[in-house]
Amino acid sequence: MSDQLGNKILMDSEVESAIEEVGSGDAQRPGDVRPTTKRLTRRRLILRRFLRNKLAVAGVGVWIFLILLALVGPMVSPWAFNDVDRRAYLKPPSQQHWFGTTQSGRDVLALTMQGLRKSLLIGLLVALISTTIAALVGSFAAYFGGWTERVALWVVDLLLVIPSFFLIAILVTGGPQGSSSWLLLVLLLAAFGWVLSARVVRSLTLSVKEREYVLAARFMGLAAPKVIIRHILPNISSLLIIDATLGIGGAVLAETTLAFFGFGVQPPDTSLGTLIAEGQRLATTFPWIFLAPATVLVIMVLSVNAIGDGLRDALDPNSQSGGKAA
Amino acid sequence: MGKYLLRRLLNYAILLFIAVTLTYFLAATQLNPRGLFEVRNPPLDPASIEATLLQYNLSDRVPIMERWWTWFTAVLQGDWGYTVDGGHVNDEIARRMWVSLRLVTVGSILGIVLGVALGAWTATRQYKASDRAATFGSLLILATPILVIATILTILATKFNQATGVRMFEFVGETGDRGGYPLAGLVDRGQHLLLPTIALTLVGIASYSRIQRNLMLDTLGADYVRTARAKGLRKQRAVMKHALRTALIPTGTYFAFSVATLFTGATVTEQIFTFHGMGIYGVQAIQQQNVHGTVAVTAFAGVCTLTGAVLADIMVAILDPRVRLS
Repeated sequence: MSDQLGNKILMDSEVESAIEEVGSGDAQRPGDVRPTTKRLTRRRLILRRFLRNKLAVAGVGVWIFLILLALVGPMVSPWAFNDVDRRAYLKPPSQQHWFGTTQSGRDVLALTMQGLRKSLLIGLLVALISTTIAALVGSFAAYFGGWTERVALWVVDLLLVIPSFFLIAILVTGGPQGSSSWLLLVLLLAAFGWVLSARVVRSLTLSVKEREYVLAARFMGLAAPKVIIRHILPNISSLLIIDATLGIGGAVLAETTLAFFGFGVQPPDTSLGTLIAEGQRLATTFPWIFLAPATVLVIMVLSVNAIGDGLRDALDPNSQSGGKAA
Repeated sequence: MGKYLLRRLLNYAILLFIAVTLTYFLAATQLNPRGLFEVRNPPLDPASIEATLLQYNLSDRVPIMERWWTWFTAVLQGDWGYTVDGGHVNDEIARRMWVSLRLVTVGSILGIVLGVALGAWTATRQYKASDRAATFGSLLILATPILVIATILTILATKFNQATGVRMFEFVGETGDRGGYPLAGLVDRGQHLLLPTIALTLVGIASYSRIQRNLMLDTLGADYVRTARAKGLRKQRAVMKHALRTALIPTGTYFAFSVATLFTGATVTEQIFTFHGMGIYGVQAIQQQNVHGTVAVTAFAGVCTLTGAVLADIMVAILDPRVRLS
């Protein structure tokens, strides 16, 4: 199933579309003789295509803002996330507390920024680790074929049989508790998050591994791991970049669900998921505790997904959104 | 084709066996039913704790292989074991699976039908205002955890109920107090199902419309659709007969695959709307150190996933002539 979806060959028409791009860059009137020496490097080409997608550009802007908020916000904010304001329990948004306060008198804005910090960290780490695993497993399986491939595919199937949610929940419950338990959570989310992408990486590698440059590298006597890392992975890097980008949102959403049932980041540490879970219990009467972290979470996931879509369009020369010559 | 399906089935049976066995080992070593007794005050007699644990095959002093064998031989006779307070796992599962089914059926059917329709329609109107609006809407919903969607729905429903003074929306449990008029029971159930169904439908529409739109875009540009048009077929007919039909194959398999996972996939919805279904049972089992319940739910989920996979295989075989012929 995923083979059909993932088997788009990304490389083929790159050259053609690059040529098209150069032509389409500035509309030339007939007879207007200008030197057509302006060449675009691949990087600039992708950048141009990416910038054309307004939603994706907005996504980048939002992400820069969110990262700044997470890094600088807690220093600027008058309230620390663990400060308790004894004069304000469950108060709606006001001048002192922009986003209101919680049941225990903590500032919702400060809490949200603290949670955002952890959620960003979790999302980025999980995406990085799981895409790396997916890239290595998928490409090695396809490159070696035979038993390696069979075993890898079998492990993939095995991990897909049972919902990872329950397995992560069991391991979090039985695992060590404490302030660094979120690292375990990251590892678990990554350990179960790579499987589907590994399948796509495998099918892409299958289509790349018989190419001339791979064969040339092989016949020159390069060892298999080097062929894969130097020649195959860079050529499917567009998929890996997209996969990692979209993986960030997936990881953050998964953490939210786990946190809702108490399997997420453990107190005193906090994440957006933990905050949403806490706020949810009182949401119908005191909605602000819930709405602030929920809004930030949705904006964050939405913008990272928009970036991912923009990257997909920019990196995939077959996509329709490459722009038109008109 | 029969042989092909049989081989897949055997492969799935082995996968399921290994996955469930691994889950048993995981749950039996990570969860700690003894801890439930040790926190009691006044403390219980250690000998009687041990006796209870032994009675239900939950003592961690018995070697794990021995426990597994006892458990496994019982499972082969259809007995999924007991909790520490003597509850039978079979009873819970037998009751709760229907609760889950009642919760998700309408929502998921509406989700796929409307989603496919929306996706197909927007694909024919690519980059027009309606397409952009639908795309943005789906991306927004997909970036929002169902936890947030459901909670926002309850907030809005509470506002609505308060504003109109009519208890139109009910969001606690499956049934409530009903009136004395005919069909009151049905209306009552309908009222309780309204919000969760809206939530599930929204998510279904969002994801299926994305999938269907992308598939449709691929087939709309295909040669055979152009040929059909060149042959003189009206656009609508060419789209319906040639483009949509081909594009439905992957959606069909995807649906077959996901329909079975619905039983355990609606955990969050169950929790928010207090439906005592399978997913929530799995979560509670883990929280309450209920080894046998946890394994039973994951095994059930595994059976669901593999049933979905078999359904998907059959679906491909029926729908896709390329598979049927080979």
